[in-house]
Amino acid sequence: MSLFKVFDVAGSAMSAQSVRLNTTASNLANAESVSGSPEEAYRARHPVFAAVMNSLRGTESAASVRVAGIVESQAPAQARYAPDHPMADANGYIYLPNVNVVEEMANMISASRSYQNSVEVMNTSKQLMLRTLMLGQ
Amino acid sequence: MPINIDSALGIHAKALAVHGRRAEVLASNLANADTPNYKARDIDFKAALQQAQSGHVPLKATHAGHIQPAGTGLSSPLLYRVPQQPSLDGNTVDTHVEQAEFARNAVNYQASLTFLGGKLKTLLSAIRGE
Repeated sequence: MSLFKVFDVAGSAMSAQSVRLNTTASNLANAESVSGSPEEAYRARHPVFAAVMNSLRGTESAASVRVAGIVESQAPAQARYAPDHPMADANGYIYLPNVNVVEEMANMISASRSYQNSVEVMNTSKQLMLRTLMLGQ
Repeated sequence: MPINIDSALGIHAKALAVHGRRAEVLASNLANADTPNYKARDIDFKAALQQAQSGHVPLKATHAGHIQPAGTGLSSPLLYRVPQQPSLDGNTVDTHVEQAEFARNAVNYQASLTFLGGKLKTLLSAIRGE
C-alpha cells in the first residue's frame, strides 16, 4: 500500500520544517545579543535540506527530506559605537549579530506554510486510507 | 455476470493502486518544496494504468542493484515536471501546481473507491439474492 509511505514523507517534511522554525526562533531571539568582539558575536543559522532517495535505480517514487546540516551565516557582525556600554571594546564598539530580522520573518512564514502543507497532505492521505478501509461496508 | 471477482471489479482496483502511487510522488514533491536542487517528478497516469492492466507480475528484487524489466506492475518510470519558471536554487517544485494535482488525485482516488464500493455492493446483493 503506497499511501503508507506518504506518512513517512510528510512526517519527514514536518520535522525538517520544524528544525527550520527552530533556527529562525533562535536567530530572532538572539537578534539583540551584543558581544565585545566580532568573533564572539552570534551568527545567524540556517538549515540545509536534502532529498533522501531511497533507491539508486530511480523507480522508487517516495523522496523524503532530511536536514543535511546547519550552516552559520558568514556575513560580518554589525559594529555599533556605544562607548558607555559595559561590553564595549577599546575603541568603544559593541558587536551585534548578523541576523536580518526581516529575512528571518519571511523565512518563518515560509516554514510555517510548508508545515501546513505537509499537515494537509497527511490529513488527506489519512482520510483516503480510512475510506479504503471502509470499502464494501 | 462474470464469476471472476477480478474482472467484476474491472479497471477500478488497478486505478486505485496507480492513484495511490501518484499520491506518494506528489507528496514527495510537496515535502521537498524547499530542498535545493530537487526536481519535481510525476508519473504518466495513462501509461501507468495501461502497464498495471497488462498484468505483468514484477520480478522479485532482493538487491538494490536488481533492475526490473520495463513495463512491469507499478514500476512505470518517473518523469520530470517541466518548470513554469526557473529558480535560483535549482528546485523545480511549484507548490501550487503540486497542491492542485494532489487535490485532483485525491478526488480521483475517492471516485475509484466509490466505483469499487458500488461494484462490491452489487456483488453482495447478487450473492444474498434479496
